[in-house]
Amino acid sequence: MSALLDVQALEAFYGRTKALHGVSFSMARGGITTILGANGAGKTTTLRAISRMVRTTGTLRFEGEALERKATEDVVQLGIAHAPEGRGTFVHLTVEENLRLGAWGRRERGSLKDDFERVFGYFPVLRERRRQAAGTLSGGEQQMLAVARALMLRPRLLLLDEPSLGLAPLVVREIFRILRTINQTGVSILLVEQNAALALDLADHVFLLETGRVVMEGPSDVLRRDDAIRRAYLGY
Amino acid sequence: MDIFIQQVVSGLATGGIYASLALALVMIYQATDVVNFAQGELAMFATYICWTLIHAGLQYWAAFVSTLAIAFVGGVVIERVVIRPVENAPILSIVMVTLGLLVICNSIAGWMWTYVQKPFPSPFPENPFKFGNIVFGAHDLGEIQVTLLVLLCIYLFFRFTPLGLAMRAAAHNPVSSRLVGIRVGWMLALGWGLAAVFGAVAGMMVAPVLTLEPNLMGGVQIYAFAAATLGGFTSPGGAVLGGFIVGVVENLVGTYVGFIGTELKFTVALAMIIVVLLVKPTGLFGTTVVKRV
Repeated sequence: MSALLDVQALEAFYGRTKALHGVSFSMARGGITTILGANGAGKTTTLRAISRMVRTTGTLRFEGEALERKATEDVVQLGIAHAPEGRGTFVHLTVEENLRLGAWGRRERGSLKDDFERVFGYFPVLRERRRQAAGTLSGGEQQMLAVARALMLRPRLLLLDEPSLGLAPLVVREIFRILRTINQTGVSILLVEQNAALALDLADHVFLLETGRVVMEGPSDVLRRDDAIRRAYLGY
Repeated sequence: MDIFIQQVVSGLATGGIYASLALALVMIYQATDVVNFAQGELAMFATYICWTLIHAGLQYWAAFVSTLAIAFVGGVVIERVVIRPVENAPILSIVMVTLGLLVICNSIAGWMWTYVQKPFPSPFPENPFKFGNIVFGAHDLGEIQVTLLVLLCIYLFFRFTPLGLAMRAAAHNPVSSRLVGIRVGWMLALGWGLAAVFGAVAGMMVAPVLTLEPNLMGGVQIYAFAAATLGGFTSPGGAVLGGFIVGVVENLVGTYVGFIGTELKFTVALAMIIVVLLVKPTGLFGTTVVKRV
């Protein structure tokens, strides 16, 4: 089976600073993969590289198609939705407008009605807030909006950058529960997370990134029992 | 009292012109943080194109609409060819480029059409409207209608169409816009196109009053700056209202404050800019943009 996403010898640069030093991994179709790592390990940069927001060398293939020479807008068209660090909300626009924009890069046009129903099904609070400026939402609601907006693309791969950041534990649990449901509808998820316990629970496969390199990988059940991981990332 | 009302209506008419040009300035400012100093000159150039079309035998409104189309394409092309290469340059560089554009437009217009003033037709009837003792110029009333119609169209476009929404998104948050697949560069180009259209409307409406010459928009641009500053460079609605306010104030001050008359009217606009910047730098409806650095 060909991989959904295949990354080989990926190096990324901010100006002259190298942030990734040859990251290689591949992701199976239909799964949830998580990238763990400390601050500055290169997790966000890996996602930004896939979305073509940072200069890179190495190869990036999505369903066999090379991404390296594509612009961010074209990557979106392939069905890769990216909910970025800081959520990327259009704070001046209403919730509904944010969601409409989420469908902008979609290849198949047509009615958004079903998509609205679907995301409001996942996040009922967004239906209540649909005419409100997105900037007036709580942090948790904004994160829900970020995920919902990404889903409007009808993506095949969802890139999520720290969806738990700054949110109350109950809200986080709710969002992660919905992420699992979303995955069960056939959307593959690549999750970057600092909260290792949560990420290991959700994901089926894990990559551990340290200073721009993959230092360990495996199924999450296996890595959860690894002593080094336990001590460094789970804290017990 | 009659004179007062007449002066207000006449002020609203010129105010509409300032409003159109101010809106053009604000649109580009919001999308790129750059004030396009060439906006007025582009409008002047478009007006010359309209004049040429009319003299080639086109009927007024046909020439008007053709000019809008040409202005739109011209705006898009200028953004793509002239502004795009300096997109990521420091703001001052871009400002210099727009100043360069200003000089180039002005000189080319002078070279092509000479600096001799040309009469420019008004599409509205000659005879003024009379309501009792109050007399309104037909051109004034027509001008107000055209401005309001343009403003209404642009409001509907930005508020209710997907493309308008995408343009707003691209202006406010280019990074997130790219992540949802919006081609931000093209949205900026469309913004330049639309701004050129507003400018062209302003130019064609003001030319019958001022007569057409390469320096047609110099003064208007200063008033438009005053309008945008007053309403707030971050608020399109504010800039439009600012335009009308500046137009009315300019007229009333010229009429009622003896020593100002017509000669010092211009100073009023500059004084307004300074007062607004001193008292409320964001303008009446502007918001302070907080940027994380």
